[in-house]
Amino acid sequence: MQDWISVALPKGRLGEKAYDLFERIGFGCPAIREDNRKLIFENEAAHVRYFWAKPSDVAIYVERGAADVGVAGKDILLEYAPEVYELCDLAMGKCRMMVAGCPGALRDSGRALRVATKFPHIASAYFAAQSRDIDIIKLNGSIEIAPLLGLSDVIVDIVETGTTLKENGLTPLETVVPISARFIANKVSYKFKNARVREMQERLAALIARE
Amino acid sequence: MNASAPRKRSERAILELTALYAQYGYREFRMSKFEEYDFYAEYRNFLQAENILTFHDPSGKLLALKPDITLSIVRSVKEGAPLPQRLCYSETVYRAAGDAHSFREIPQVGLEYIGDIGLYATCEVLSLAQDSLAALSRDFIMDVSHVGLAAGLLAETGLPMHTQAALSSCIRAKNAHELAALCRENSVNPTLAEKLVRLSSLYGPSDAVLQEVRTLDVNEATHAAIGELTSLCETLSHAGCGSVNLDFSLLNDLSYYNGVIFQGFLPDLHACVLSGGRYDSLLRKMHKPGGAIGFAVNVGLLDGLGTPPEAYDTDVLLLLDADTDAAEALAQARKLTAEGKRVCVRQAEDGAVRALKTLHISAPKTMGQKG
Repeated sequence: MQDWISVALPKGRLGEKAYDLFERIGFGCPAIREDNRKLIFENEAAHVRYFWAKPSDVAIYVERGAADVGVAGKDILLEYAPEVYELCDLAMGKCRMMVAGCPGALRDSGRALRVATKFPHIASAYFAAQSRDIDIIKLNGSIEIAPLLGLSDVIVDIVETGTTLKENGLTPLETVVPISARFIANKVSYKFKNARVREMQERLAALIARE
Repeated sequence: MNASAPRKRSERAILELTALYAQYGYREFRMSKFEEYDFYAEYRNFLQAENILTFHDPSGKLLALKPDITLSIVRSVKEGAPLPQRLCYSETVYRAAGDAHSFREIPQVGLEYIGDIGLYATCEVLSLAQDSLAALSRDFIMDVSHVGLAAGLLAETGLPMHTQAALSSCIRAKNAHELAALCRENSVNPTLAEKLVRLSSLYGPSDAVLQEVRTLDVNEATHAAIGELTSLCETLSHAGCGSVNLDFSLLNDLSYYNGVIFQGFLPDLHACVLSGGRYDSLLRKMHKPGGAIGFAVNVGLLDGLGTPPEAYDTDVLLLLDADTDAAEALAQARKLTAEGKRVCVRQAEDGAVRALKTLHISAPKTMGQKG
């Protein structure tokens, strides 16, 4: 019998776009289109199950095997370094992890650079590679106001269009790393459900290559 | 379930696995809970655990709760001792928990084969690893890799160590797209880059994959690795052992292992339950002759699977009235336990116990029996 495959999707627009891809490669689950508050959807015939999770939690569900595969942003994968296979770049949800601040904020001021971010691991690694002494300030949202209120010199955050930055008088200063959504798999599921996970991987890769 | 069988899956596994290793002549190695910290500090590169739990003994010496057994086993092999040495253990190691703010006790069972490691020795250890997995679960997967293949291909790129490390982590994550991008950025020869990408995505039963592995040969290191893997797989299959999968994303610390490495997985356990490999460099560092290969089974993980709840708390429930003769009750309990039954003695008015059989001993001589 065909193995069941559980897919963890990030709640929100990215997850919905990702689901479209899965539907187009033959892993659809019509129930998911119904407008209700359910979080788990199954397609009995195709043996596939989808559920919505907080984007930063998708990698945890997949790493621990609650989901066999999932879709997670490269930002989450870099920040939490989960033990998962990263099987395909879905080429969607494209944006950049950037250092931003007031112009000239990166100039050496003789003290540790104060960096506000939701991604302390990524920010530390980036500045460590430049041998720059920094003071990390971990925030959970509205990072853009940190330099405005004098909490930090710069921020490290995801920049899609740069509009929010501009409206708050900040400029993108340096690119840390380009970000996009990735198809990830649990390492043990990859082994025990190899045929199905690979089928998904290959069809996704083929679909993305065509576009 | 037999009354004397341990309830926890980890305990049952320890008994089964140590009995299995004893059949092949592996002597049990016992060690103390602590070692001197300096010992681990000196061999830090050979420790898989990053954090060590330390404390001072009354004389002020710094001790460590053992994070690893292999180091102590290898050190225990005296100079001039007859080789090969086959040693096994069942010990608890202490490692940092996931968040690194606390420590966990991890029960481990494993074995080490120390001496000249030829084809037979490697196959014996691999087949014992397979048998260990089979003892834990009907369904399991064993993945085998050879460090020499990735190491040879990476060396061929001629890139600096930190770039090679970045390539390795792509291989570990089967991240073909970033591996290819990284190769392009660093102007790696396209044919070599293509081989690295293929290496990362190869996975499957050895008989299906070996043919393709042979196309990845680029230098002496890869040639030796492919040759060794081929003869290992052939020997295991001729000896009637189960099939193994080849997975080259299995890439532990390259400074520790130097040959074949392997890991075992069970379907409901989303972690690696068995891991091992060939580690000659540790013996060299300890100035000892020969090589070594071994593995450890993380039996503690099995308890995470839980055990099906038992239908009964006990085999026989002896119910006593307030005035039941104590000697009569004790004699009855002794008789039943001598027959191998589990007994629970209660006052008749105590709470409910699920028992296979209930005996009501009422005072002073009559004895009621209920189904």
